[in-house]
Amino acid sequence: MSRETANHVRYIDKTRAYYEAEGYGKPYEWAHFDHIPLTPFAAVGKPLSECRVGMVTTSEMARRGVEAGPDDPKRLVYSLPTDIPVDELCSRKAAYDRYATTLDDVDSYLPLTHLHRFVAEGRIGAVAPRFQMIQSEYSQRKTLTVDAPEILKQMREDRVDVAVLAAV
Amino acid sequence: MSLAARYLEENGIPTVVFGCARDIVEHCGVPRFVFSDFPLGNPTGKPYDLDMQRQVLSLGLDLLVNATTAGTTVVTPYEWSADDSWKDKVLTKAQPFLDPEDTRKWLERKETYRALKATGKI
Repeated sequence: MSRETANHVRYIDKTRAYYEAEGYGKPYEWAHFDHIPLTPFAAVGKPLSECRVGMVTTSEMARRGVEAGPDDPKRLVYSLPTDIPVDELCSRKAAYDRYATTLDDVDSYLPLTHLHRFVAEGRIGAVAPRFQMIQSEYSQRKTLTVDAPEILKQMREDRVDVAVLAAV
Repeated sequence: MSLAARYLEENGIPTVVFGCARDIVEHCGVPRFVFSDFPLGNPTGKPYDLDMQRQVLSLGLDLLVNATTAGTTVVTPYEWSADDSWKDKVLTKAQPFLDPEDTRKWLERKETYRALKATGKI
């Protein structure tokens, strides 16, 4: 086991201690399930080279240079086209390790450039026409009953076969 | 994010999750997970390291196709830096997770959301 795998940051413990010290009350209960679902890739019924790949991110992307509107109070899922060059995108996400890294390189958390290259090389069939932004929510109920169904709906409309999700 | 992956999977779409918070993702339980032991922010490779980004995504695509067991984690073979000092500073008083302005916005969003919920608009 490498140094890193043995020593990854325990965010659950650290978050609990951090917010307790800040005076917040009941600690957040992170989602936990005993059962993990699995749709085997074989169920898709075609090779990856023929699959349309969907992409979901928590990175709160916006078009660079376009004045950002007010925050959506309902914090609903929204989408942008996947054919926007990444240098025309920027992240509005505040919750990341701003001391150790940056979100200046989109492909380090939303790998659109590489997905398009894999299409050109025949590794995957296509990239879905839009990617989805999901907010990191306190309410697990909202994620499960509002956000996730919306992503599924959009992916079905876009005939997505498999999905890549990247959490900032 | 993990909840969304589970939901897609339950509805017939195979998924792979990329992330840097191993304990949170594994505590929830997702079908396929590519873990990079990096600071929160770059789950698909270091900024401007295109070769690494390509390799990380490639690992995920391999996992997507080859995983036979739910809850499979693949650890990327990359180190963020020569030492782990960045980890000691995560979520400490010396390095607040959000700056004051973002903390204010976060609390404001929470209140707005609660108000919408209380009036049945959500």
